[in-house]
Amino acid sequence: MNVEVTPLPGIGVRKDFAIRAGRRIGVVTHRDGKIELIVSKTDDPDAALASLPLTMEEASALANLLGAPQLVAQLTEEHRDMPGIHTRQLPINAGCPFDGRTLGDTALRTRTGVSVVAVMRAGQVHASPTPDFTLTAGDLLVTVGTSEGLENAVKILKRG
Amino acid sequence: MNHTALELLELGAIFFGLGLLGRLANRIGLSPIPLYLLGGLAFGQGGLVPLGDIGDFTALASEVGVVLLLLLLGLEYSATELITGLRRSWSAGLLDIVLNAAPGVAVALILGWGPVGAVVMAGVTYISSSGIVAKVLADLGRIGNRETPVVLSILVFEDLVMALYLPILTAILAGVSFFGGLSAVGISLAVITVVLVVALRYGRFVSAVVDSPDREVFLLKVLGAALLVAGFASAMQVSAAVGAFLLGIAISGSTAENATKLLEPLRDLFAAVFFVVFGLNTDPRSIPPVLGFAIGLAVVTTLTKVGTGWWAARRQGIGKLGRARAGAALVARGEFSIVIAGLAVSYAAVPAELAALSTAYVLIMAVLGPIVARYVEPVARRLVRTPAAPAT
Repeated sequence: MNVEVTPLPGIGVRKDFAIRAGRRIGVVTHRDGKIELIVSKTDDPDAALASLPLTMEEASALANLLGAPQLVAQLTEEHRDMPGIHTRQLPINAGCPFDGRTLGDTALRTRTGVSVVAVMRAGQVHASPTPDFTLTAGDLLVTVGTSEGLENAVKILKRG
Repeated sequence: MNHTALELLELGAIFFGLGLLGRLANRIGLSPIPLYLLGGLAFGQGGLVPLGDIGDFTALASEVGVVLLLLLLGLEYSATELITGLRRSWSAGLLDIVLNAAPGVAVALILGWGPVGAVVMAGVTYISSSGIVAKVLADLGRIGNRETPVVLSILVFEDLVMALYLPILTAILAGVSFFGGLSAVGISLAVITVVLVVALRYGRFVSAVVDSPDREVFLLKVLGAALLVAGFASAMQVSAAVGAFLLGIAISGSTAENATKLLEPLRDLFAAVFFVVFGLNTDPRSIPPVLGFAIGLAVVTTLTKVGTGWWAARRQGIGKLGRARAGAALVARGEFSIVIAGLAVSYAAVPAELAALSTAYVLIMAVLGPIVARYVEPVARRLVRTPAAPAT
């Protein structure tokens, strides 16, 4: 992927690339940290069809949405030969009892047999998190386990 | 009524009136600059209600306005951005100078204002208003467009040209000899080089001198430093505004960002005073005789700016619509044209009609610029789609 980085004097930096469908997609990072998502028009590739201002949280949520399925697909592929083992993404929602607590506090492995293989945060993968990894709202836990174990894990994350 | 009370009343009336004008400008999506100028024209000499008692204050305040305008312009760009901008756009920048200064020079010569008037008018018609252009780009959602870096690098180039042009102009206006002028240029070139090198290598030290975690201390230090540098620059005949601009460049990183946030309201206040004072000193009765020239200049320099942007964008491989947008974005003239004309008027080295022509010209261009930028797209689309249009 050829990401073009263009400085915008007085404004910030634009990073974008052409997608296979022909449009350009990218972000403008303003000096003050504001982020804008840009998508070009089809008939006029120089113009931005939309430039959507995103807050930090929105940008990281979007990054998680885009990044997590890829990781899950990869893990599913790896576990295909083991029947009964599934991969799922479990979100830490705002108001979740574990928001601000460590992964160890959930005791997921002891209670359900489910392993947390990675945490997606702000589009970044934190692989093999240790029990002292602190969870925050917006994180996505990439988990591996039996369907039953995963069901239980969902309930635990919801109710504590 | 005592003297102070009258002064406070007048000043209050001016600021309140400007506030109302600014609100009106926001409503109709206009830059407030032309309205401030109109406000100034309406009062002052030959206007509806002459104001007189606060001349001392407004004169100094308008000087501070110019210093702040240029200081914030310098803060906007880092030294690295200026150098990359210079490298990327020098050819477009040169074309910009030739195409857009020439109409000003021509009109000044036709009107018999001599070489000094020609140099002044060259600057007035040359420089785009980076304030209006930046706002137009943001308002129309064009920050992410591919032609936008082209527009921005031309603006950067223009601002660097200002740093050379203003000292030359100051020297010419002061009536120094040819060698005096050369030495002013030499001094300013040397100072600009030193500032760029210092800003690139030791920018954080300059920033550290003015930086402070306390807002109040920071504000006083930045403002104090800017006025000190502007004063020194003025004493060395390099023009106060350029001193402030260079200080702005030397301050970098988060210090520059914080300083911008802190100084923006102050700049708006003092710059508004500057525009009003310029309008106040222009007799509205002197405008009608030069109005024809102003309109002619507006038409010609709109076309030349569009041409500049078109050419620069084409060099970067931008499509036809993008080229048209780049050209139209650059059309607006504003604060810096008035800064140049104001400088000339303060030296009384040019005829009074020059102020009238500049005022009328900026009034037209500050209003026309955003309109051209907005409507160029549908027009260009129609032209590009028409089969009869020649394939260039």
